[in-house]
Amino acid sequence: MRVAMEIELKDIPGQLFGALGPIADLGGNIISIAHQRDLRTPRGTIPIKITIEIDESHLDDLIARWHDVGITVMQKGEERLHESVFLILVGHIVHTDLKSTIDAVDSTGFAEVVDLTLSMPGIDEESSAGITIKATGRTEMERAIEILEQEAVNKELLLIKPLEEV
Amino acid sequence: MKRVDIIIIGFGTVGRGLATIIRKNGSLARDRFGVDIRIVGIADLRGSMMDPEGLDIDDALEWKCEISPVNSIELISKGEYDLMVETTPSDVTTGEPAFTHIKTALNLGKAVVTSNKGPIALYYRELMELSERTGSPFRFEASVGGAMPIINLIRDNLAGNQILGIKGIFNGTCNYILTRMAEEGLPYEYVLSEAQSLGIAEADPSYDVDGIDTAEKLTILANAVMGMDIAYHDVSVEGIRRITPDTLKLALDKGYVVKLIGEAVNGKIEVAPRLVPRDHPFALMRGTLNIAEITTDLSGPITVMGRGAGAIEAASAIFSDIISIYRSER
Repeated sequence: MRVAMEIELKDIPGQLFGALGPIADLGGNIISIAHQRDLRTPRGTIPIKITIEIDESHLDDLIARWHDVGITVMQKGEERLHESVFLILVGHIVHTDLKSTIDAVDSTGFAEVVDLTLSMPGIDEESSAGITIKATGRTEMERAIEILEQEAVNKELLLIKPLEEV
Repeated sequence: MKRVDIIIIGFGTVGRGLATIIRKNGSLARDRFGVDIRIVGIADLRGSMMDPEGLDIDDALEWKCEISPVNSIELISKGEYDLMVETTPSDVTTGEPAFTHIKTALNLGKAVVTSNKGPIALYYRELMELSERTGSPFRFEASVGGAMPIINLIRDNLAGNQILGIKGIFNGTCNYILTRMAEEGLPYEYVLSEAQSLGIAEADPSYDVDGIDTAEKLTILANAVMGMDIAYHDVSVEGIRRITPDTLKLALDKGYVVKLIGEAVNGKIEVAPRLVPRDHPFALMRGTLNIAEITTDLSGPITVMGRGAGAIEAASAIFSDIISIYRSER
């Protein structure tokens, strides 16, 4: 998942390294970092805005490791639904409970169906649906597509995936 | 000058295409590569035509040479020749009769060149081991992508690269149908019958439209140039029958076209319709063209395209294979 945070460093040597080291150790990726050396909080600490991509299960560990070296997290906001993918379903989409197909993705908490265009040519003919899914990160998107694939298999729908997946 | 006596087993469109090419470009093979190719035998269900000094190609194409009742297996096992070209119809379930033909020739130490996918998709390891054991060259560039060079390209020009993945459009029939459906908004059945009347699709189109042909080609590539050990039956295959004009319209509205894509990567093979961005090179393949993107560790991605079907195109790949076995630079 992608998380945007504001952290505060003490004005002592090695703090920035102390902040970045654990991210790499936990397999995370720094997406952006804004560090203004001459900016101070009223507490005398240096504020840093940082956005990282990290497995959700490692986030608490990261915050704990920062805490150990005296780095405080002041704000944490998940940058929700960063990744977006367009897919098409073909088959008896409505009659195989379209709502439950969408719910399978929406109920994950990390991915949502944000757009759906349905085309129904006739009663007995198969319909097509264009679906846009958004997810919090790459891994989450892969998982969401897997869930949709499983739904498609169960409901005998054809899922057309993009050439380059996520 | 190296004289090469060949026999052609299966004298359908590809076998006849090869005879036509030898008549047309045989002198090029002699002058440029020092290879003098002569057809000393042709066998088909109708019987055989044989001449140790080389058949007259014009007569052979008309079946005007003396026809003997000698069958394919007799010609392969008892004939005097250097190389067998196997171009009988491909059978995806048994690989026969080509499998037996190829084994027989390789066992006798004869070189073999084929366009026949069935036996290679089903028995690649066995045939390669036989070829190595008997020291008989075995080439099959024509089995994948017609005139589009891919197997020899990877083996020769990209030698030393690790092949990380191959994906592309390998079936001209599906590509023609999907292109026409998207551009004219026509239903699948309509475009299929149009393709059948143009000779682009077979009377029984399932081999093409259900993705079997693409799966066979990917299996060959995975085994021959990616070091995988995959049987054709391990491939996950989805064809294009369920695609409707609505499907294509939905895709187009979002900037995509739908193509039947075969992909071999991470030890697995998948054949399925996929959404291709309209500005991607794959999206530009209209009609019966084939395209493949080869991902390598050293050279990055390499893309090749060419005519994937047609008698002369497939036969041209056979002709090149024959020359490359015997060529000497001048």
